[in-house]
Amino acid sequence: MKILTGNDLKSGAVVWWDGTGWSLYVDEAVDVGDRADEIIAREQSARRVNSAYSLDAERDDKGVRPAHIKDRVRALGPTVRPDLTLKPKDPEAMDWVI
Amino acid sequence: MANEVSETDFGTSPDDVQFRFRDDEVADHAQVTVDSFLEQTNAVAVRIEPGDDARDLLPFLDRLQLVEVNFPVFGDGRGYSSARVLREAGYTGELRAVGDIGIDQLAYLRRCGFDAFAPEAALDEEDAQAAFARWDNVYQHAADARRPIPELRHE
Amino acid sequence: MYKYDSYDQAMVDTRVEEFRDQTRRRLEGKLSEEQFRPLRLMNGLYLQLHAYMLRVAIPYGTLNSAQMHALADIAEKYDRGYGHFTTRQNIQYNWIKLEEAPDLLADLAKVEMHAIQTSGNCIRNISSDHFAGVAADELIDPRPYAELLRQWSSFHPEFSFLPRKFKIAVIAAEKDRAAMKLHDIGIQIVERNGEIGAAFYVGGGMGRTPMIAPCIREFVPLDQLVTYAEACLRVYNRYGRRDTKYKARIKILVHELGAEEYTRQVEEEFTHLLEQGVEPPLAELERIKPYFADPAFETGLPTEIDRSDPDFALWVDTNTHPHKAPGYVSAVISLKPVGGIPGDASTEQMHLMAELSKEYSFDESRVTHTQNIVLPHVKIADLHALWTRLDAAGLGSPNLDTIEDIIACPGLDYCSLANARSIPIAQQISERFAKKGRTQELGELKLKISGCINACGHHHAGHIGILGVDKKGVENYQLLLGGSEAEDTALAKITGRGFDEEGIVNAVETVTDIYLDQREEGERFLDTYRRIGMEPFKEALYGE
Repeated sequence: MKILTGNDLKSGAVVWWDGTGWSLYVDEAVDVGDRADEIIAREQSARRVNSAYSLDAERDDKGVRPAHIKDRVRALGPTVRPDLTLKPKDPEAMDWVI
Repeated sequence: MANEVSETDFGTSPDDVQFRFRDDEVADHAQVTVDSFLEQTNAVAVRIEPGDDARDLLPFLDRLQLVEVNFPVFGDGRGYSSARVLREAGYTGELRAVGDIGIDQLAYLRRCGFDAFAPEAALDEEDAQAAFARWDNVYQHAADARRPIPELRHE
Repeated sequence: MYKYDSYDQAMVDTRVEEFRDQTRRRLEGKLSEEQFRPLRLMNGLYLQLHAYMLRVAIPYGTLNSAQMHALADIAEKYDRGYGHFTTRQNIQYNWIKLEEAPDLLADLAKVEMHAIQTSGNCIRNISSDHFAGVAADELIDPRPYAELLRQWSSFHPEFSFLPRKFKIAVIAAEKDRAAMKLHDIGIQIVERNGEIGAAFYVGGGMGRTPMIAPCIREFVPLDQLVTYAEACLRVYNRYGRRDTKYKARIKILVHELGAEEYTRQVEEEFTHLLEQGVEPPLAELERIKPYFADPAFETGLPTEIDRSDPDFALWVDTNTHPHKAPGYVSAVISLKPVGGIPGDASTEQMHLMAELSKEYSFDESRVTHTQNIVLPHVKIADLHALWTRLDAAGLGSPNLDTIEDIIACPGLDYCSLANARSIPIAQQISERFAKKGRTQELGELKLKISGCINACGHHHAGHIGILGVDKKGVENYQLLLGGSEAEDTALAKITGRGFDEEGIVNAVETVTDIYLDQREEGERFLDTYRRIGMEPFKEALYGE
């Protein structure tokens, strides 16, 4: 599947396109098919998101998993500071990233 | 590129100039490329592209009334040096910055000796005036007459 | 320490307002991201992997305690309780909000600090020797010259849109503690016939094409220093390559023209600029100098150290540096706890370091390019009390210049350019050697890790260097040997094919085993490598 990510313009937070807006959680990302450019153009010009791009991902039983390690690190947070990630209490979160 | 453009509509016209810090009449001359300029003896206006050497013009400064320096992309800063080179050599005619120029380049351009500005997209008047007026002082010499802070401290 | 006068303060305050205005225009949509990006970068604000990252300048690495406290407060108020000290004597915050950045800058300005030109294609923060003004081997304090250049380079109208970033370092000792020859311009303050002047090294750098800067002029008189720098920059701005950013650094220009031709052009420009009168008056240098005068050192102090506590004695041996005043040393606070993140300090740790600098070091601390903190003027008699408090806060690691004292870039954990993570490799290496108790036995061993070819972790200059690469979406690590960023500057060479995460840690152990096996009396790892060459290491790593 093709999903979209970017950063919230004001806060800089990593966000994912969930079909109606931008979510902090990659698991809420939806397949945008061939609409990536259109959504990115609209959302960036509305200044809801910054530096957005599309990427390949797969959905498995645990959630949406970006194809590239860089996007998986983006999805979780720094692997060396589990306390600052989105899943600070999940010891297995890291296995999913690397 | 220049040879595909007729000399009469090459460069900006006075109407394109949004900001001007000179009292003389706006020079309304067709501009030529640096190469063309060096080949003819009567041109009084020239347009410098980033890759041109402004020093080629130094022997002819007396007859030049307008030098236009093009910034095809604002991140290419060669035009700042071109401007200072001309001013340091004594050029006193109009020095016009044209092209991809934004609010946040104005103060730097002004300090390098530009006294006319023809941005390809017109700038917000209020933001531009704020940018020109922002810095009460400066740290270093440039092509303007401002006395830098290190000198003011020892007056 | 330098203190702002009303001019300096007004410049920084004006910058805050300018950035506030730029941010407003971005949020209002008057500036596109493409237009805003270079503006925010020129004020140190990146968009990184997770968030905006702000790099704050610490000019020539010198801080007073109020400034260190302010850095701690910023970590608490605007970030997530920590900061990261970098290899260019700056500090970075990883979780800054764009809408709050102007307020943060206003807080910084209150303690005479800023983020001006900490990124972008302009002249960056001027770095220096972290033992400047203190080291027994120094000619003169280089920081007044760095401050002179800081002012000259701030908002320089001609050099704010250079082909690429531009880094300057200034030192004044034969021993190079600032990687001077790996800068775009390295300046060494020197003495000739009783006169002080500057030697200029131009065109060094790391990145994808590492180069050691050639000396293009051995002596520039002090009253022409700024003019000469201006000439170096103008030639670069006019002729540096702009067709590809990978060839845009000045090192490529100097390399392609040849040092001789580049120098000829600089000298021609210099002659011209001398007539233009761009040099600040010499009186300005004389005004700056007293700010860096020695503090009131006491005399008649004891120089003996009670070494009865072995842990303390070890820390003294590894983490202190000779001071020019009898009875004092410079103490280095390691930000490299075993298994920790190199260069990171928490809010609490920054507050503590600020307090200790006030109590024990005449209100002064320094940031080193190896991502540690120096308390420059500590009485030998106070060392035990200082160490006790550092140790209790996890800041007493006795590992300066050892294999645990690793330089690491933020890598793929934070950086959007990175190909691989750097920090976990540093953590595993320091844990491995600490656990084996081999750190001290290995002696001086500078290990440097970069997570991509841009070389922020100085891997080219490590006795052992590690470069993270992306091998079909998997992290892979190349090993390099033989680099140095000291006065014997050398570029490390790659050993051969890369390793995975566990493999690279093993490989580091393998090459240190070769060293321990083959070293001769008094040899450091680097010395042994230079004597025996790459082959024995390759043999051990890859066999036949």
